[in-house]
Amino acid sequence: MINVEHLTKYYGQKLAVDDISFTVTKGEVVGFLGPNGAGKSTTMNMITGCLSSTSGQCKIDGIDIIENPNEAKKLIGFLPEQPPLYYDMNPREYLNFIYDLKKCTLNRREHINEIIDVMGLGEMQHRLISQLSKGYKQRVGIAGALVSNPPIMIFDEPTIGLDPRQIIEIRDLIRTLGADHTIILSTHILPEVQAVCGRILIIDRGKLIADQKTDEINSLAEDNRKFTVRIVGSKNEVLNFLRKTEGAAKVDFMSSGKDGSSLYMIQCKKGYDLRKTLFYALAEKRWPIIEMQNVGASLEDIFIAMTR
Amino acid sequence: MSAIYKREMKAYFTTFIGYAFIATFLVLSGVIFSLTTLSQSVGGDITTYYTFIIFAFAILIPLLTMKLFSDEKRLRTEALLMSSPVSLFGIVMAKYLAALTMFAATFALSCVNLIPAYMYGSQNTAVIIGNICSVLLIGCAFIAIGVFMSSITENQLVAAITTIATIVLFLVIGMFSSGIGFAPLRIVLDFFSIFNRFTMFTYGIIDWSALVYYASVSFVFLFLTVRVYERRRWA
Repeated sequence: MINVEHLTKYYGQKLAVDDISFTVTKGEVVGFLGPNGAGKSTTMNMITGCLSSTSGQCKIDGIDIIENPNEAKKLIGFLPEQPPLYYDMNPREYLNFIYDLKKCTLNRREHINEIIDVMGLGEMQHRLISQLSKGYKQRVGIAGALVSNPPIMIFDEPTIGLDPRQIIEIRDLIRTLGADHTIILSTHILPEVQAVCGRILIIDRGKLIADQKTDEINSLAEDNRKFTVRIVGSKNEVLNFLRKTEGAAKVDFMSSGKDGSSLYMIQCKKGYDLRKTLFYALAEKRWPIIEMQNVGASLEDIFIAMTR
Repeated sequence: MSAIYKREMKAYFTTFIGYAFIATFLVLSGVIFSLTTLSQSVGGDITTYYTFIIFAFAILIPLLTMKLFSDEKRLRTEALLMSSPVSLFGIVMAKYLAALTMFAATFALSCVNLIPAYMYGSQNTAVIIGNICSVLLIGCAFIAIGVFMSSITENQLVAAITTIATIVLFLVIGMFSSGIGFAPLRIVLDFFSIFNRFTMFTYGIIDWSALVYYASVSFVFLFLTVRVYERRRWA
């Protein structure tokens, strides 16, 4: 459905995207993951035809986005990083405008009512977009990408600026859309892609460093387990003991509590899970564990693991 | 393309700009008409009126054009247009035509001034038609300048000021030329002068070279606007 081949982009002398190739097949939901400034938005802008590539090509359902932009763009719904909203319109007018812009042929009334329903914009549909909250603005932006029901949807950081409840709603929506659409979604939040995407592309400094199924990334995260533990006992002795434990890659002292306990952050070596080991070992030493919490592998951890 | 045209037309009236433009245009044309044509005892010469109207364009045209592209850039709505199945040329033309419609419609309204001109003076209809044609064409050229200026900045004020400056430059360029001794420079300045070409129309004669010139100015600036966007896409 989306075919990206050797895509490269220079901004002047600066290399923003470095020879990226990947294919997204029909019905896939792909997460595009990377730190800020990694080249996610640039790549998405090139796929949607907003920006041209320095070299390489991008085909949408076999149609080259540069050679035949009007046909290719009809197949894409795009939500850029900052939703492209006209503040002097209300959401309904805005959706009608996009309907015309995309030369949509679906039944106008039904289609737009459906989108307004799905995005929960019913109450806000006659208010000026400039008066809406950030969360609602984001929803109007996503609604805009849904107009004409394009088979491919590209969302650049769709949940940014939303409250936790809305984030869950949008994730659910994307999951629902994923059933019959091809979706690329960019984010720098790992749990987000883990929640909705079947496949993850990781991009760093313009280079594609990983292209894997979400399950594989998850197991990678488990291979690099990290957790915090609160232990009652003399800080230095405990710290020394923890550092000597086999399988501990890194142990950091975090803080002390009033009850004589201290909080430590433990990073396990690849393939080790120290949670049970520590439970028995510390019990033997009579240093009770009063709290233990798993810290999900961060994006940085995954990066380190990927680039190693 | 029609979607963008419709949106721009609507935007003129959902913001105050459309009303401000119509009001300023009509007030200015009325005042100029009273001070020129009406104040003359006999005859009621209409050419002076149209000459001043052209000067008024320096303030009027930027009102129409300043936000056309600068606002798209400021609000990041360009991405929507760029990812839609519309060509760059289509986008530029839609916005240009919207501004042109506003301009032509208001200019048509200002023609009420001709009623007293005909009632109380003897008018040569050919001269009036000549004037109207040339003023419309000059308006087209100036709007194209405004469209271009709004495409190179995201600040409406900057767009307005650069538009005013360019229009004024086009207007005064011919006035200095007579004082310049160096012949080639004088010829070049005369060539670009809006006013020197305006003269023939005021006699009621259609000057084809002037038509081509005004159309060329419009074309060049619209072409440059498309180039600005192409360049940004390829940058």
